[in-house]
Amino acid sequence: MSKPLVSTNAGHQARTYPPRPEAVYFYGTCLVDMFVPEAGMDAIALLEREGIRVIFPDNQTCCGQPAFTSGFPEEALQVVASQLDLFPGDYPIVVPSGSCGGMIRWHWEKVIGDDAALKARAASIAARTYEFAEFLLHVVGFDRKDEGPATTVTLHTSCSARREMGTHLVGRELLARLGNVTLAHHDHESECCGFGGTFSLKHPDISTAMVTDKVASLKATGANQLVTADCGCMLNITKRAAKEDLDAGRAKPSLPGEHLATFLLRRTGGKPVGDAQ
Amino acid sequence: MSHQPQQQSSGQPIAFVSAQALRARMHDAVNDPHLRQSFRGAMDFLMAKRAAQFPDQDELDSLRTLSEGIRQYSLSKLPELLEQLEANLTRNGVKVHWAETPDEANAIMLDIARRHSAKLIVKGKSMVSEEIEFNHAMEAAGVGALESDMGEYIVQLAGEKPSHIIMPAIHQTKQQIANLFAEKIPGVDYTDNVDALIRIGRNVLRDKFESADIGLSGVNFAVAETGTLCLVENEGNGRMCTTVPKVHIAITGIEKIVEKLEHVAPLYSILTRSATGQAVSTYFNMISGPRKAGDKDGPEEVHLVLLDNGRSQAYADEQLRKTLQCIRCGACMNHCPVYTRIGGHAYGTTYPGPIGKIVSPHMMGLEQTHLLPTASSLCGACGEVCPVKIPIPELLIRLRGEANSAPHANPAMVGQGAAYDPKISFVWRMWARLYGRPATYRAFSWLATRFRALTPRKQSGWTVARTPLQPAPRRLRDMLKDRR
Repeated sequence: MSKPLVSTNAGHQARTYPPRPEAVYFYGTCLVDMFVPEAGMDAIALLEREGIRVIFPDNQTCCGQPAFTSGFPEEALQVVASQLDLFPGDYPIVVPSGSCGGMIRWHWEKVIGDDAALKARAASIAARTYEFAEFLLHVVGFDRKDEGPATTVTLHTSCSARREMGTHLVGRELLARLGNVTLAHHDHESECCGFGGTFSLKHPDISTAMVTDKVASLKATGANQLVTADCGCMLNITKRAAKEDLDAGRAKPSLPGEHLATFLLRRTGGKPVGDAQ
Repeated sequence: MSHQPQQQSSGQPIAFVSAQALRARMHDAVNDPHLRQSFRGAMDFLMAKRAAQFPDQDELDSLRTLSEGIRQYSLSKLPELLEQLEANLTRNGVKVHWAETPDEANAIMLDIARRHSAKLIVKGKSMVSEEIEFNHAMEAAGVGALESDMGEYIVQLAGEKPSHIIMPAIHQTKQQIANLFAEKIPGVDYTDNVDALIRIGRNVLRDKFESADIGLSGVNFAVAETGTLCLVENEGNGRMCTTVPKVHIAITGIEKIVEKLEHVAPLYSILTRSATGQAVSTYFNMISGPRKAGDKDGPEEVHLVLLDNGRSQAYADEQLRKTLQCIRCGACMNHCPVYTRIGGHAYGTTYPGPIGKIVSPHMMGLEQTHLLPTASSLCGACGEVCPVKIPIPELLIRLRGEANSAPHANPAMVGQGAAYDPKISFVWRMWARLYGRPATYRAFSWLATRFRALTPRKQSGWTVARTPLQPAPRRLRDMLKDRR
C-alpha cells in the first residue's frame, strides 16, 4: 500500500450490511444509461449470476447531482422529487457509481429540506443505497474463480466512493480475489482525477492539469488497463488519454479503461455485452 | 454581539479582482511548470509529515471530533465569550480594541503607534495583519513595519504576498531567496546555503528587535476565562516581538476564542500536527498582560485588536458559521489538488486554498470572490483532513448557490447574486424539467442515442484536453429490453 498518500476515510463509520437479498433495485444513473450502458449491463449480469433478481425502475432519470453541486438546489429538488417513488419495496438499491450513490445516500435529504414526509422517504432510500462494488463485496460476498490470463491492472477510486461512501478499499479487495490479476498502485492514488462534473467545463485549465497528472501516474504503473467503479472518472481519464494518443499519432490506446463490473464479469467466466461486438 | 457587522461594506478590498482577471491568473499559474513542480513537492512533503503524526486513525477521529466540539461550543457562546475575554484582559492590564473593518483596525494601531512616536513596528507572523494590509497602512503613514518570521520576511523583501498561510514563502526556491538577499540586503553576497541564508536573516532581524518601538503579533487562541492570548510559533521571533519592544499589539479575528484554558490543549495538539506535522511547535507563548512590577522583561503596554471584517456575517448563518471553526492550520491547502496546481497567489485573496474559498467571500464580498467556490472538483480532500471538521465541500456548494441565485432582499451575504445569469438559470430550469419528468427524459435520451452521430465534436471545456463524448448506440434500458 502506498502510504502515506492514500487517505483513509475519516468521516464515516463502518457500515453494517444486510444479508443477501432475493432482489435489488438497480439505479443505473444517467451517465451509464446514455454513455456507458455496458457497465450497467455487466453489473446486472454479475448480480443475476449470483441468483439476485434485478429490478430496473423505468422512471429513473438522474440523481440530481449536477444541479445540486452547481448551486441550484431547487432544480436538484425537482429531479430528486421525481425519483422518490421508484423504490416501493424494501429491497436494497444498487448504484454503479460512488458519486451518484453518495448523492442519494447523503444529499437527497438535504435537498428536500423541511418536508417531513418526503424526508422520511429519502431517508429510507438512503439507508438502503449501496455502491455496486461495495454491494458485490459486502452483501453478495463475491468470490468467483479467476479464469483469465495473468494481467496487471491499475485502479482509480472516485473521490465520492472514497470519501462519501467509504468504499475506498472495496475495489482493491475485489481485485485481490482474482488469482491472476496483479494490481499496480499509482502515485497520488487518493487524488482527484479532475472531473468534478461542471468543474471540468468551468475550469478546463485546472481540470486538464489534474487529469493529465492522473493519466501520467496511471500509465507509469505499466498496467495493461485501468479499472474503476465510476464512469465519470473513467470517461474523464480515458478520453484524456485518448486525446494524448490522438495528438501523438498512436493507434493503440495507451490507457484503455473499463468499469470494474465489466472486468470482473470477463475474468470470472461471464461475457461482457461489449465483448460480443 | 457587542459589535454589529457592517452590512454594506464587504471589507477593504485587497485589490479588486474580477472573475476574468482571476481566471487569467489561474491560467498562468497552472501553466507555470516551475510553480507546478515546486508546489507538488512541497505539498507532498507536508502531507507525508501530517500523515506520520496520525498513525492511529481512531485517535485522529476522536481528536477531530473533540476539536470540532470545542470550536462549535466556543462559537455558540461567541458574544458572551468576547465580553468575558474583554473583561479578563482588561483586568490583566491589556487594552482591548474592537474593529469592524480593516480601516478601523489600522486606525487603532496607527493611533497607538503615534502616541508612542513609533518609527518601527516589528511583526511576528499574523495572517490577520495581512488581511488588513497592515504593512501598507503603516508605511503610508510613515511608520515602518518589518516582518520577522523568516517566510514573511522573504515575502516582504520580495514585495509579494504570502502564498500559503503557514509557509508564506513556499513558492520561492532557495536560489530565488539567495538572489533576493544578495540584491536587497546591503553587504550580503549570493549564497544558496539554507543555513547561511537563515543566519543572514536572523542577523538583520536581531538588530531590529532591539530598535523597534512596537511588537505586533497574531493570536492562535484567546482564552476567555483567564484573559490569555496563546501564540504558536517555531522561530522564537513571536516571543521576541511580544516581549522585547515596550509595546505589544496583538491582532486577531473575533472567532479565535475558546472559553477555558483546558480547551487549548487538544486544539494546539491537532493544530501543529495538521499544519507542519510537528507533535508540538518549538515555542508556545501564553500572554496574560504587560510587565508587572518586579518582572525582568515583557512589554509595558499590551493591546488586543479584535477584528470582525465579515466574520459576523458568517456567524449569523447557522451553516456558514462553520467557516469560523477554522484554526488556520493550512492542511486543507496542503491536500488540495487545485491549490497544488495553481499555488496561493492565483487566488487573489489573503487566504488561499479551500479555506480561502469559504472565508474570503465574507471578507471581500461575493462580487469579487464568486469564482473561487467554483474552482473545486468537490473531491472532499479538504474536509477529510480538516482538524475541526469544517464541511468545506458543503460550504462551497452553498456559496455557489448564494452567488448563482437571483438577487433577493435580506441576503445572507454581501454580494449575493453576484454571479446570477438569467441564461444559465434558464438552462438549469430546462435541465430540471428534462430530468424531473421521466417521460421527457426517456424521449430525450432516446433521441440522443439514436442521433448520436449529430453530437457536437466541440464540447466546451471538455474537449480542450479530451476526445469528445458521444452517447452509446443504445441506452441501458434498451439493452435490458432487448435481452428480455
